[in-house]
Amino acid sequence: MNFHSPYLIESTYLIATALFILSLKFMSSPATARHGVWAGEVGMLLAIVGTLLNAGIVDYRWVAIALVLGSIIGVPLGMVHMTAVPQRTALSHCFGALCVTLVGASEFYLQSPNVPKFTMSVLAMEVILGSLTFTGSLMAAGKLQEWLPQRPITFKGQNFVNLGLLAGTVVVAIFLVIHPERADLFPIILGVPLMLGVMMIIPIGGADMPTIISLLNSYAGLSAAAMGFVLNSKLLIIAGALDGASGFILSVNMSKAMNRSFTNVVFGAFGQEQTKAVGGVEERPVKSATPEEAAAILGAASKVIIVPGYGMAVAQAQHKVRELYDTLTKRGVDVKFGIHPVAGRMPGHMNVLLAEADIPYDKLMDIDDANSDFPQTDVVLIIGANDVTNPAARTDKNSPIYGMPILDVDKARTVMVIKRGMSPGFAGIDNPLYYMDKTLMLFGDAKAFVGSIVRELTGGGGHA
Amino acid sequence: MKFDLITDLYVFMLAAFIGFEVIRRITPLLHTPLMSLTNALDAIAVVGAIIMAGEHKTTLSTVLGTIAIVAATSNVVGGFLITDRMLKMFKSSRPQKP
Repeated sequence: MNFHSPYLIESTYLIATALFILSLKFMSSPATARHGVWAGEVGMLLAIVGTLLNAGIVDYRWVAIALVLGSIIGVPLGMVHMTAVPQRTALSHCFGALCVTLVGASEFYLQSPNVPKFTMSVLAMEVILGSLTFTGSLMAAGKLQEWLPQRPITFKGQNFVNLGLLAGTVVVAIFLVIHPERADLFPIILGVPLMLGVMMIIPIGGADMPTIISLLNSYAGLSAAAMGFVLNSKLLIIAGALDGASGFILSVNMSKAMNRSFTNVVFGAFGQEQTKAVGGVEERPVKSATPEEAAAILGAASKVIIVPGYGMAVAQAQHKVRELYDTLTKRGVDVKFGIHPVAGRMPGHMNVLLAEADIPYDKLMDIDDANSDFPQTDVVLIIGANDVTNPAARTDKNSPIYGMPILDVDKARTVMVIKRGMSPGFAGIDNPLYYMDKTLMLFGDAKAFVGSIVRELTGGGGHA
Repeated sequence: MKFDLITDLYVFMLAAFIGFEVIRRITPLLHTPLMSLTNALDAIAVVGAIIMAGEHKTTLSTVLGTIAIVAATSNVVGGFLITDRMLKMFKSSRPQKP
């Protein structure tokens, strides 16, 4: 049997493709999801072994060294803390795009000056998307890791500059398709998108990160699919298309949850106005409560929904929240969690953080389920979330977040909000929820406050 | 190398449809692990990099290919590892069915 047979190699690719699709299918339920990882790993191993059999490979030394080195770098990247998953994900988009871009560039210089028109057009797409995603993801990772300022940096004519850069790149790319012998122009379609990637992320603030990460995910997938066209590899086209589709769906989800339009998604968060609160926030009376009072209300409730936001993760309060969940559940209180799609720094991030704190996943409700449950809920406890609970999104046409899907916490009987002070949320918008009669403000650090509630419930009221 | 543009476009289109249909059904609960998994799968670009580095046609292509393998392999290893670590944490409060 000939181990270098193209048929043998193609069969490994065929099986790998099937396993990749199965892998995503297994992800539809938490019960089978781990099989998905297994299927993906087997498919990947098969494809790599199949590739190593390729008769065209004459020198295995560098391949072997690179595979070992990549694995050594990969292990720590797979072991990061769960709060760091968003920046790890951004970094991996960056590495994926780097791989695609480098292979694209070297393919160009191998085939130059006789690059067929079709190859050149997909190659240009591969390199443009790849280098844009490379710097864009690097910037996003830097912002998430707080190595770069998180605050959005905007200047006049930003959209104009960005669109100009993009248009210029496309024109050069088209010129290269017609005149592939002009290899001297190739660095332009590498370099300008690198700049564009940086420019794209500069105006993005922390709260827009879930959308941007998903969008970069989609770009990374599409650039890999373009690479598949260049190399005529069906496996790569399919894997890239799956990744592209996944990133696309997630970015549309996120943009809906953030109240952003579709064009806003395609062009990143270009040109969104950072709305500031109009005028000073007027002093209005709020009702506040102590941990004892909060504990008494929670202990007397029969149905409680906890609404966690990124503030909870920042305060590292998830394990205290788990203790609260345990204590209340033991007393027979029905405790669930209502999770907004943009709670956290990437899609689904909050679910991972709560799962890490050992909260069962069937207690985590998405926005639709939570909203149908709120009217029958005795107490809603909001920890570190603000804008996603703001009823102005439903009622106030002048509010910048009007129309944004929110958690209708104000439909519950009592609302308790743990908050450091009365400062407005990320979007700088005042939250009318805080001034409602049914709302109690619990001022303090999330972790410490939840801790004192738990102490009250276990110590003070432990006689039941 | 013969380019079969039309076949490749069909493949892309069908894969995109399958992707949309399969991924639409994935619960928001698992969107983070989903992204790290598709990330690992996307690193299949490593096969192109292996051929680029292994064919050893020019020094440039070997160097770029080698760096590309390192980048993609770290995604394969890191991506699968973190996905599995995350999924391991998702537990149900109901007793597991056998």
